Amino acid sequence: MYALQGGESIPVVDPSSADGVFALLWLVVALPLAGAAILLVGGKYTDRWGHLLGTLLPIGSFVISLVMFISVLGRDDSDRQVMQHLYTWIEAGHLNVGMDLLYDPLSALFLLLITGVGSLIHIYSIGYMAHDPRRRRFFGYLNLFVAAMLMLVLSENYLGLFLGWEGVGLASYLLIGFWQHKPSAAAAAKKAFVINRVGDMGLSLAIMMFFVLFGSTSFSVISSAAGNASETQMTVLGLLLLLAACGKSAQFPLQAWLLDAMEGPTPVSALIHAATMVTAGVYLIVRSNFVFELAPNAQTVVIVIAGISILWGAWIGCAKDDIKKALAGSTMSQIGYMMLGAGLGVAGYAFAIFHLLTHGFFKANMFLGAGSVMHGMDDDVDMRHYGAIRKAMPITFLTFAMGYLAIIGFPGFSGFWSKDKIIEVALTQNIVVGLVALLGAGVTGFYMTRLMLMTFFTEKRWSKGVHPHESPAVMTGPLVVLAALSVLGGIMLAGEWIVDFLQPVTGVSEHEDPPIPVLAVSAIAVVVVAIGVAVAWFVFGRHAVPREAPRDVSFVTRAGREEVYGNQINDTLVVNPSRHLTSGLLVTDKRVVDGVLTGGPVAIGAIATIARRAQNGFVRSYALSLLGGALIVVLALLAVNLT
Amino acid sequence: MNITAYVVLSGILFTIGCVGVLTRRNAIVVFMCIELMLNATNLALVAFAKQHGNLDGQIAAFFVMVVAAAEVVVGLAIIMTIFRTRRSASVDDASLLKY
Repeated sequence: MYALQGGESIPVVDPSSADGVFALLWLVVALPLAGAAILLVGGKYTDRWGHLLGTLLPIGSFVISLVMFISVLGRDDSDRQVMQHLYTWIEAGHLNVGMDLLYDPLSALFLLLITGVGSLIHIYSIGYMAHDPRRRRFFGYLNLFVAAMLMLVLSENYLGLFLGWEGVGLASYLLIGFWQHKPSAAAAAKKAFVINRVGDMGLSLAIMMFFVLFGSTSFSVISSAAGNASETQMTVLGLLLLLAACGKSAQFPLQAWLLDAMEGPTPVSALIHAATMVTAGVYLIVRSNFVFELAPNAQTVVIVIAGISILWGAWIGCAKDDIKKALAGSTMSQIGYMMLGAGLGVAGYAFAIFHLLTHGFFKANMFLGAGSVMHGMDDDVDMRHYGAIRKAMPITFLTFAMGYLAIIGFPGFSGFWSKDKIIEVALTQNIVVGLVALLGAGVTGFYMTRLMLMTFFTEKRWSKGVHPHESPAVMTGPLVVLAALSVLGGIMLAGEWIVDFLQPVTGVSEHEDPPIPVLAVSAIAVVVVAIGVAVAWFVFGRHAVPREAPRDVSFVTRAGREEVYGNQINDTLVVNPSRHLTSGLLVTDKRVVDGVLTGGPVAIGAIATIARRAQNGFVRSYALSLLGGALIVVLALLAVNLT
Repeated sequence: MNITAYVVLSGILFTIGCVGVLTRRNAIVVFMCIELMLNATNLALVAFAKQHGNLDGQIAAFFVMVVAAAEVVVGLAIIMTIFRTRRSASVDDASLLKY
């Protein structure tokens, strides 16, 4: 339909107006938003049934999304975009921003992921947070999170997207710091918020630039006028959007918040890593494809960032003993794959989204599985205290294993199809990028096997008094569903369905064959992964795992444990210079600015001390002053008249 | 008509009043000197009115008289009160309002 040549952009098809089931589009956002409002405003009166309401509303959104999805499947390719104009949001002079919702294939898939996986996480949270006295509030925040993310993917313009973007930032802050009595959780929430602000700065600058260049922030207006802007402008826009994406998606160099964010309750981690938040960056780049298609340099930067992030995240994942942090490192790495796909242009957009969906399934599965393990192990997160849990928690083990096989790309599982496609496209376009992606796949095999072995196999290293037990059905139920999705997610690729489906948004590329046959690429990927798995087995499977983390380790391990010195780099480059700048400004303020401002009044006071001696209380001296004054006036008048 | 004599007399009276205000301590005398200055002004005003042949100066003189009468009422009342409380009519004694 739109075969892209270099420098051509993808026109957005004219959307049809919302009728039938699509008239309910606004409800998708409104339901969880209403849930958040009721639970947070209602206070303790909603304590008894708050978690049930908070779970039902996202499920309601999911049902609407599903009906809309089925209805859109029956339509023509060109008729799959629906726009709903709710009201005029901002109107000032030439500036006119509508509260418009756009339902198209891209947002359709996101809607299903967010509401589907989000609902499962809600259900799981009923069990996980059962003993938390603030459970009702937790569900209010979760609903807010889901509503903000839905707003983000449904908005038809960048300003509405920004609304959701900031909403996601707020909700993540509230949820990461949910256990606010822990100083570490409060600090982690603040850190996530601050680092996200850096990315938000990029997005807000990009939005301002859209206003200046195109007079609008609507996707359709910008994409049809994108050709008028110069390549430099597009490159700047692309880099600003990339900065935004890096902040939300925890890509290098704004990745440092992601591991600290593990301080939040585990369902929050699942929600952040699978359904909301970190996927927003990938969404932003795929949605802004009309910008990136015209800015090849920005695309190159995206690819470089993605490559660094893949290896950086994998490195962290290899060294962490905290099960959640190992998974968090893996998320950074997997998001790197999605960014890589998105950076590869039209050929990769659909696969980036495909990997995003499958990753949403298996990562939610594994995070919730990790939560289930923690639940049984008295909230211990150190894998060195685990071991042999498979017998104690068989359902958790089996579902986790499905996620494990999916993420390492075991043939047939969902992750195999999606990661394989990205590697294939990367190899086609650039051999170095392809090799980085392949290496990342191998390391993924290594660290996930390590996690698997240390948690579920090897010998028991449990702490005293810990008796692992299987979690209740309300927690294992979502695990089973997600495990099934992790296994079967690859079905979306059947007959290149997802590529065709996303075509109206992402465009069509001329199919290029990789330098080596496709089957060979798959085979190589599987072999690389197998090597990674085997190495992990040799290192961790054959010997007893020490209960304390060994101290005398190589530089590589030490760097991995320190998150590849991400925090130290931030401290050196940003935090400490800012701190010095602040103290310098403080001194300047006190000495210079305050000196000028207080100097005036002080001088006037000194003069007044002298002048007030004239006020001596003797009437006759006042009379003399009067006389003198009158004389001066008369003399002055005379002088003026004489000249 | 030559008004020089009137103006000179007015000047002399004004100067006497002025010096009196500056040098005398008794509040009543100071007050009388002020009256002298006002009436010296009145004399000058009437003399100039005569020279110009219109009534402006004479009207101004009436205003001054009215103001002087009002001032006497208030001023004498103040002086009486001060004398009652401090047993003194010296203006130099009433010098508490200062820095």
